[in-house]
Amino acid sequence: MDGDNTVIDLQQVGTRFGSHTVHDGLDLVVKRGEVLGLAGGSGSGKSVLLREMIGLQRPSAGRVCVFGQDIQALGAEEALLLRQRWGVMFQRGGLFSALTVRQNVGLPLREHTNLDDALIDEIAEYKLALTGLPPEAGLKLPGELSGGMLKRAALARAIALDPELLFLDEPTSGLDPASSAGVDELIQRTQALLGPTMVVVTHDLDLLWRVTDRVAVLGEGRVLALDTMDNLSRHEHPIVQAYFIDRRGAQAAPAAA
Amino acid sequence: MDPYSPRLPVLSAEPAGSSPQELGSRVQANWQRAGADRPTLQQPDRPGFLHRTGLQTVATGQQGLDFLTFIGQVALAGASMLRYPSRMRWRVFLHELQIGGFDALPIIGLTAFLLGVVVAYQGADQLRNYGANIFVVELVGYAMLREFAPLISAIIIAGRSGSAYAAQLGTMVVNEEVDALSTIGIDPLQRLVWPRILALAIALPLLTVFADIAGVFGGMVMASTQLDIGFAEFLARFGRVMQGTALLVGVGKSFVFAFIIVLVGCFQGLRTRGSADSVGRQTTVSVVQAIFLVIVADALFSVAFNVLGI
Repeated sequence: MDGDNTVIDLQQVGTRFGSHTVHDGLDLVVKRGEVLGLAGGSGSGKSVLLREMIGLQRPSAGRVCVFGQDIQALGAEEALLLRQRWGVMFQRGGLFSALTVRQNVGLPLREHTNLDDALIDEIAEYKLALTGLPPEAGLKLPGELSGGMLKRAALARAIALDPELLFLDEPTSGLDPASSAGVDELIQRTQALLGPTMVVVTHDLDLLWRVTDRVAVLGEGRVLALDTMDNLSRHEHPIVQAYFIDRRGAQAAPAAA
Repeated sequence: MDPYSPRLPVLSAEPAGSSPQELGSRVQANWQRAGADRPTLQQPDRPGFLHRTGLQTVATGQQGLDFLTFIGQVALAGASMLRYPSRMRWRVFLHELQIGGFDALPIIGLTAFLLGVVVAYQGADQLRNYGANIFVVELVGYAMLREFAPLISAIIIAGRSGSAYAAQLGTMVVNEEVDALSTIGIDPLQRLVWPRILALAIALPLLTVFADIAGVFGGMVMASTQLDIGFAEFLARFGRVMQGTALLVGVGKSFVFAFIIVLVGCFQGLRTRGSADSVGRQTTVSVVQAIFLVIVADALFSVAFNVLGI
């Protein structure tokens, strides 16, 4: 079914909250192996779109197909199988505060595999090491980690099942520039190592420049532009321009003055 | 031009005195100098009384429907858990049983004891007037077993455990933990709600029996000091006149109250949206609604038992 190169296919997706329209006839295709950035101003519905892709929210209209399957039409069993093929890193981490970091990372393995506990712990430690966390961090509770470490731990849990598809929601939000740069690098390394298709929701331009193959800019309820960062920075749509030119303008300003 | 950043003139900021008048007049002067560039905000019309009443009514009705949907979903999750019993988290269940049940023994015992004292004390005066001292046994026995023990246990547990459930689940929602559970393929209703339902469905009836004992003991103490009815005499009559149905009625009601408290607490917790202050609001709402629904259910039970002649 998903023999072709399409991993996610959004068709005419509409989202309304009461009288407020977030998406209106939005189409978007994510191809296998690419890192797709979802950008757009605040309130343009980036995160809502992500929630619709992972089945946490139903769109008011249209179809959301992941791996060729319409996720609104799935039964509980099929949905479970589909969920095992993707990992999600939430904006605030979404780590279970009652479990240690290592238990958090091992949880998907404990749920969906028959590996024994000792092996699961070792695999969890390996995933933590992949994301650049020291082994002793695995024994801490999520509340004891700093913001940057929390993001790394969340990514470690997202890649616990070696997913084919990875969703990252604002991976650099709330981090200082140095930690953000660390996350950029981490995402590149994960991509090189596991090769998953990635959907990255962010408004961090540095991150978009560094890690994405293509970027979809959301606005006016649809995808305004879908292209590489290079091309987008020369795009003529005013909203896209405002979004991408701002920073360069800000950097050019002191030179002109 | 971007309406959110009106171009303000370069304003003078002469050093001013530190008194509130001087500071105020300087800010006001600068504001007046901004002249035409001052942004003006069109205040949206405040909806009228009828409009707001209507909105509130619709929202309340919608919440009621949502609650019914939630109960249905919980039931379905429970049914599918019967097929996969391994999905039950017994550790959470035992933990909640201890926190919500065992740890509540002192406060329930003390409250029920005092309630027994109060009932006996209020009754003592009246009974003495008629020389019917001995009927304090029936008064305390039926009042505690049928009404006060289940009700006071449910109210204390609603404040103690119901609020905790709403706060725990609400925090998990804000932390995106509930979303993470779903994404990992774990049903939050099975993992979070059902262990709490089972724990309280066992704990509350047991707590009610404990409250029965404490309450009757409180009445006994009062009877012996105010009405000269010794413990032995009290207990002998208690055994003779009390019917087992009184105990069963109270315990049966508390079983239903347990479901109300857990379902309302978890429902309100999972309705939390946005930020941390929403957790506090949902917690308050859960306690108020749980106590309200417990009393409504109690009233319905009274009517039903009256019709059935129990």
